[in-house]
Order: sequence, then structure tokens, then C-alpha cells
Amino acid sequence: MMEGAWDLLLLSVKVWFSIIGGLIVLPAMCGVSLGVTGLYIKILVKILEWATLRIQRGQKDQPTLQLQPSSGIIQKDDGSMEEEIGKLRRSWPKSLAGGDFTLCDAFYFCKKGIESIVDDQVTQRFTSEELVSWNLLTRTNNNFHYISVRVTIIWGLGVAIRYCVLAPLRITLAFIGLSWLVIGTTLVGLLPNSRAKSWLSDRVHLTCYRICARALSATIHYHNKENQPRKGGICVANHTSPIDIVILANDGCYAMIGQVHGGLMGVLQRSMQRSCPHIWFERSEMKDRHAVARRLRDHIADKNKLPVLIFPEGTCINNTSVMMFKKGSFEVGGTIYPVAIKYDPQFGDAFWNSAKYNMVSYLLRMMTSWAIVCNVWYLPPMTRQEGEDAVHFANRVKSAIAHQGGLVDLSWDGGLKREKVKEMYKEEQQKMYSNMIACSEDNLSSQTSRAPPPHGPVQPVQPPSAHDTVIKGSVRFIHSYTFDEDVKP
Amino acid sequence: PLWCDKVLLRASRRVEIAYFSHSQITRLYSRFHSLDKGENGALSREDFQRIPELAINPLGDRIINAFFPEGEDQVNFRGFMRTLAHFRPVEDNEKSKGHDASEPLNSRNNKLLFAFRLYDLDRDDKISRDELLQVLRMMVGVNISDEQLGSIADRTIQEADTNGDMSISFSEFIKVLEKVDVEQKMSIRFLH
Repeated sequence: MMEGAWDLLLLSVKVWFSIIGGLIVLPAMCGVSLGVTGLYIKILVKILEWATLRIQRGQKDQPTLQLQPSSGIIQKDDGSMEEEIGKLRRSWPKSLAGGDFTLCDAFYFCKKGIESIVDDQVTQRFTSEELVSWNLLTRTNNNFHYISVRVTIIWGLGVAIRYCVLAPLRITLAFIGLSWLVIGTTLVGLLPNSRAKSWLSDRVHLTCYRICARALSATIHYHNKENQPRKGGICVANHTSPIDIVILANDGCYAMIGQVHGGLMGVLQRSMQRSCPHIWFERSEMKDRHAVARRLRDHIADKNKLPVLIFPEGTCINNTSVMMFKKGSFEVGGTIYPVAIKYDPQFGDAFWNSAKYNMVSYLLRMMTSWAIVCNVWYLPPMTRQEGEDAVHFANRVKSAIAHQGGLVDLSWDGGLKREKVKEMYKEEQQKMYSNMIACSEDNLSSQTSRAPPPHGPVQPVQPPSAHDTVIKGSVRFIHSYTFDEDVKP
Repeated sequence: PLWCDKVLLRASRRVEIAYFSHSQITRLYSRFHSLDKGENGALSREDFQRIPELAINPLGDRIINAFFPEGEDQVNFRGFMRTLAHFRPVEDNEKSKGHDASEPLNSRNNKLLFAFRLYDLDRDDKISRDELLQVLRMMVGVNISDEQLGSIADRTIQEADTNGDMSISFSEFIKVLEKVDVEQKMSIRFLH
């Protein structure tokens, strides 16, 4: 009896693996699609549209809220400090000769402060984007209540399918993909350096990432493939999750850059290093900006080496905006190939909230979503212009990526996820305000001749060179998956 | 969970709820919840300081202080809404009336009182020269000298002070700001 059960188990395991092997892994390795995922996405879209209509119909009966998160919660004035305070003072009883302090100036700061308490541009970027309509995943259910029996049944079916059918399938695929990466790269590493070796290494990497993409049911649309990054360049992209690497490496081969890890990551890193050169740093080396820049420069100087993949934001952002690009990668020269990645949140939330989930639970959440659907745009290559400094260049690239991906272009530092904002920004605000009230003091003191001539620093406001001090000693421009960094504060 | 608290909220009949519509309360509660990193149903001063745009505001600390009643370190959702209710636009309809006959929180006078308290550090209902200097120092940082700041403070008090006690009382504050469009400038409009 026991043997019978054992045989049955072995048989089902064999069947399972041969199905996976034949129908998924082999086509994936050849870059061929059987169209199953496409069909799945089409069916899913129909179901979600139906669910949306049902929910909207249900909501019409109750006076519940209409969610429009993208346009913000409150009306904000766009004027500068000078304009807004000027408007406040317009009704002030006596005329002021340009400047001077009035008690109503505080209203400006007060209103700005309260506005930022109700809705600010930065903190919302570190949590998942809110959906306009529910996509039948419990995890995205913020404001949607019980609507009808049918929606609940579909949701229940969805849970069953996602957890019992799709998740085991995907986990198996991921396992196969990663093992293949380790085995394949080790085998290729045994060969002597030659063109054949690079070709084989590319094949191994591509096939592995394709299997991993299937493991996420990823549907990726690549646009403008003529701008694909070339050897000897630096590929720069906005960062949402570790999956970005799989998404990009599905279509081309890149050299990775990051910190050396132990454990499973370390094994992957070492085997990848065997088949083609990547840039891995020891923890101590990371602190030395110049050493890092030198290694990067050496790598891109060699035109036989693959383009380096860098995420200049330095941390994961929730794919609604692009935050400040750290200037390190833009200083070394070379051609920058910008890439914009935009995920469709309807099918699964790709953002890794590292404060809330560790890597393993994040990957499990990915594998129990409906699918990952995203668009990748390759932008035309950019180089630093004559007389342009690295910060300005970085901002230029950032704007191009934000514009293409339909993301908000922010100057705020992604590091604000964990760190406090620098005092310097507050000092800028204070300086701006001081300029407004100081200029008439010159007139007044010459009239009354009471106070000595002003000796406060009344200089023109410097353009914010804040980025320089952001990277002080530690090298943060290279995003590396250091499990210690992305740990709960 | 989030929806439980909302059920409780709907059941209560507090004054603050008269100032916001149902959807606005839900939005504010989401916001409160996202700021509440400790997940204990109350915000501390650190929770507010985590908002970068507020942290760089020269009067940020004074604004944060306005949320916390005397001597307390935590503000719950009710207190949060109560403070924000001051910034509701002044409208003619009855929605913004309080349950008793007292003035609504978002009246012109109460908005002015909110601003007055930004200056009145020790809450003794008078803005002294020292307090004005301290708040001015917050707003200008290191960019203006002590003497200059002192003369600005003196001039401001001179303009507003009518009873000669070298400080600004609330009624003097109201008088000197009577022409300023407080209703517009101290109001936050929701989009929905």
C-alpha cells in the first residue's frame, strides 16, 4: 500500500516536471512563446473589467468615495515663496518699500506645512501605489467593501488558482532557472576565453532570465529596440524592485555591479563571475568612491565587456515617480543608455517595500500575483555635454526617463525612505525668506541710522548644489542588494 | 484592520466629523494611518518630522506643536482632524457649524487664533518681544543679525501694540490683520 502511494507520488512528480520542461522551459530557452501567457492575460483583463463594472455599479448605490489618487487630495498653489507672500501682503495697510516683515508672513509657512501634512510628494513614493479600481487581490484592498456574491466568488477562485496552481508552478520554474544559471555559468567558465565563450555565456544568461520571467508570468513589451544598450556603455534605469534586473536582462546581456554577498546571492554572484566579467565589490571597497569609479571606468573602457546596469536612485521607488539620480555613474564619462520601466499595477504590484517585506516574502508575493506586465522603453543614448557638470547631466537623464515612462520627476532623494532630510534644505528656505525681508532693512537703517549696516549674508540664493553633499564618504550610487542595507529601521 | 476603525468612526458623532465629508474623512484616515509608523493609533512628533516637506519648513516645529495639546506627546485621529478642521474653507452652509452655539473651528477668528498661537510660544495669550524674536529667528535662520532682527521685532510690536504693554494681545493681532484675506490664505481645499 505504501509502495503504491510512493510510486504514484514519483509518477506525478515526473509528469509535473516533464510538463514544465516541455511546455515552459524549452520554449522559454529558445525565446519562443506558446501564447499561453498572452491568452491568460486576455482572460484576466476581461475578468477584471467585469469586476470593475460590478464594483462601480455597487458603489453607485452607496455614496462612497471615487478614488483618483493621481491628481492628489488637495488643491495646492504653485506660486513661489515670493509670489505667495506678496499676495498675502497686498492687503497690508501701509505700503512697504520692497520687503520687510509682516505678521501675516507666517500664514504662508503655516499653510504650506498643513498642506504637506495632508498630502506630500515624497512619503507616498515609498508605499505601493493605490489602485483606481480593485484588481481582486486581497493585498490591494484598501477601500473596497463587499459588493456582491459573484465578485466574492471570483475573488475566491482567484485565490485558489493563484496559491494552489500558479504559485507552485512558478516556484518550480524559479528553482529551475536559478539552478540552470549556476550550472550553466560554471560550465561555461571552464572554457578558455574566446568569442565562443562570450556567446555561450550570453546564451546561458538569456535562457536563465527567460525562465525566471516565466516564473513571474511576466509579459514585457520592449519599445525602441534600436536604442538598446551597447558594449562599453552604462545602462541606467528607474528602480522599482529586484525584478527590474530580470525584466531588462530578458532582452539583452548586462554586466551587474554591486556588493559581494554571502549565501545564495554569493553563489549566484560567483558563478556569474566565472562566465563573464561583472563588477562585485567588497564591503570595504564600497566606501572608497575613487576605487569604485576607477573600476567602473576600466570596465567601460574595454569595448568587449557588456554594458553595466546601474540604478542611480539607489533604492526602490514605487513606480509613480523618478527620484534623484546619484551623480556617481554620470561622472565616469562614457555613453549613458537610459531605460524607462513602467509596470502595470493592475496585474500585480511590483514595488518592493523593503521596510515591510524581506526579499523572500516579496518574491512569494510576486509569485502569487496575477502577473507582471510592464513596458520597457529604450531611450536614445546620452553623453555629457561640454561644460555640463555631472549633477546637471544626471537630472537631464532623469527627466528623459520620467517623461517617457509617464512618471513624476522629483528632485527629492530616494534615501529619504530611511534618512532624515538634510538641514541644508531648510536653510535654503530660510535664506530665501531672509532675502525678502532684508532688502528693505537697508532703506530703513539709512533712514533711522539706528542699526549698523547689515552684515548678514544677503547673497543671491545659490542654485541647490545639494547633491554633492549627499554622497559624502560612502558610495551609494551603486545600488546593490545588500540585505543589511534594506533592513527594517 | 483599516476597515474596522472606519466602522467605529462612522458610529461616533463627534464634532470634527461635521467639518469633513465622508470621503474626506476616509482619505484623512488613510493618511493618518500611513504616517503612523508605530501602528499604535496615535502620531508622535517624530511621525510628523518624517515628512520631508514639513521638516524643511522653517515653522515646521511650531506647526507640529499645534497638533499636540498642552503637555501631551501623542495625537489620535480625532485630534488630528480637529486641528485640520481649522483649515476648512469658510462656507455659508450649515455643515461647518459646531454642535453647540460656539464658533465653528474654521471661522476667521479661529484661523487667526491658530496663527496667533504659532507666535505665542508660552501660550499666555500675549506675543512678547522675546517670543517674536524667537519665531523670527526660526524663519530667517542665520541670515540676519541680532540687531536687525531686534529692530524688526520692535517695529512690528510698535505697529500693532495699542495699549502700550510692549506685547501683542490677540485682539491687537486681529486688528492689525483685519484687511488680510485670512479665509483664503488659511484654507485647504479638497479636490473631492
